[in-house]
Amino acid sequence: MLDSVHNALFAGENFRRLMEGLGLTLWISFLSVVLSIALGIPAGLLMSSKNKFLRGFFRLYLEFIRVMPILVLLFFFYYTLSRYSAINLSPFFVSVMVFTMWGVAEMADLVRAAVTSIPAHQRESGRALGLSELQINFLIILPQAIRRLLPGVINLTTRMIKTTPFVFFINMVDLFKVGQQIVEVSGMRDRMASVWVYGFIFILFFVICYPISLFSRYLENKYQSA
Amino acid sequence: MDTSFISQSLPLFAKATWLTLVLSFFGVVFSIVVGTFCAIINFYKIPVLRRIVYAYIEVARNTPLIVQLFFLYYALPRLGMVLDGKTCAVVGLTFLGGAYMAEAIRSGLQSVGRTQIETGMSLGFGKIKLMRYIIIPQALAVALPVISATTIFLMKETSVVSIVALHDLLYVAKDLLKEGHALQSNLMLVVCYLILILPVSLGFSYLERRSRFAGFGA
Repeated sequence: MLDSVHNALFAGENFRRLMEGLGLTLWISFLSVVLSIALGIPAGLLMSSKNKFLRGFFRLYLEFIRVMPILVLLFFFYYTLSRYSAINLSPFFVSVMVFTMWGVAEMADLVRAAVTSIPAHQRESGRALGLSELQINFLIILPQAIRRLLPGVINLTTRMIKTTPFVFFINMVDLFKVGQQIVEVSGMRDRMASVWVYGFIFILFFVICYPISLFSRYLENKYQSA
Repeated sequence: MDTSFISQSLPLFAKATWLTLVLSFFGVVFSIVVGTFCAIINFYKIPVLRRIVYAYIEVARNTPLIVQLFFLYYALPRLGMVLDGKTCAVVGLTFLGGAYMAEAIRSGLQSVGRTQIETGMSLGFGKIKLMRYIIIPQALAVALPVISATTIFLMKETSVVSIVALHDLLYVAKDLLKEGHALQSNLMLVVCYLILILPVSLGFSYLERRSRFAGFGA
């Protein structure tokens, strides 16, 4: 049995390729999370503004993203955009774009919830001191909102990591594709190869996501008791 | 736009939408059953079982559905357990959804204050009556938003079932794509999912508004 495990996971280039696939998965999630945070904060501030038109627009966008499966969005942008526009979009670009579109929506909603939870007198005091709206947002509101934001952001990160396998559907060679290729090759000689490879991928995801979820829960408890 | 394309592909999309609906329905219902069991085990703090439930919830919540499905469909047969595509999809959805539902229901049950339960007991309510008249109505109001989010999440997750050889919406769209109808088939895909999920989303927000009993679950 050990032989079979060894062959499936470590023979030839197998392990290096699996790790490369994992690297791609993590790289896409990392880029998307960073972009979502960068774009989601201003979007969230706009969402909590008084402007009815802006609020309505973001609300609609958020609802649409929430209702549409990410996979459908990936499909839509990958296959339609690349066919009907002059630019040929790489699957990597489309993946990061779609994950960011989703992340911005979620992030903006988190920011909105966190910002509206800050008492109004904080903003009013800032105005009384003659700070500009920008200064109030970045010096007074956001630093206080971050504590409330953090668990949600970390949660979003694990959700992104768990959603990245979808890029397999738009022809990217991620962890899954590599796994599938290995199973196709060594599965002929060894029937158990699929058990080891898919089992390994299963454990890999758990090992990555579980500590992150624990951390998010720890922060949530810390915030609640504070 | 080419209307003949739509009339030709409509039956295919309708069939696939129905499949997604059936899978989601069973997935969600079984998830609620599994989730309720797990939540009750947690609520009454039943020894041993509680540990198993904890491990299950953590494993299910921290791995993607697509990984679970791959394992069920491609690895389990090697261990002597062959499941067909539909069973795999429902088992996978239940495995994933059960854990999320358990958390949703647990958070609802936990939100019911100790005093509420003690007051009920002092009024002479038995265990069943306590559940029926005091705990469940209040717990539900808290749990409902999470249950609705999970239901929608599970419906969206069904979009991956083409990897276990089911002819779902993504499969149909991909098939038509090859024939060169990218825009039309992708638009149909989006419309079908809107038709599937939007009513559920609206229905739940109506229910949420109705279930906010005065003073509770706010």
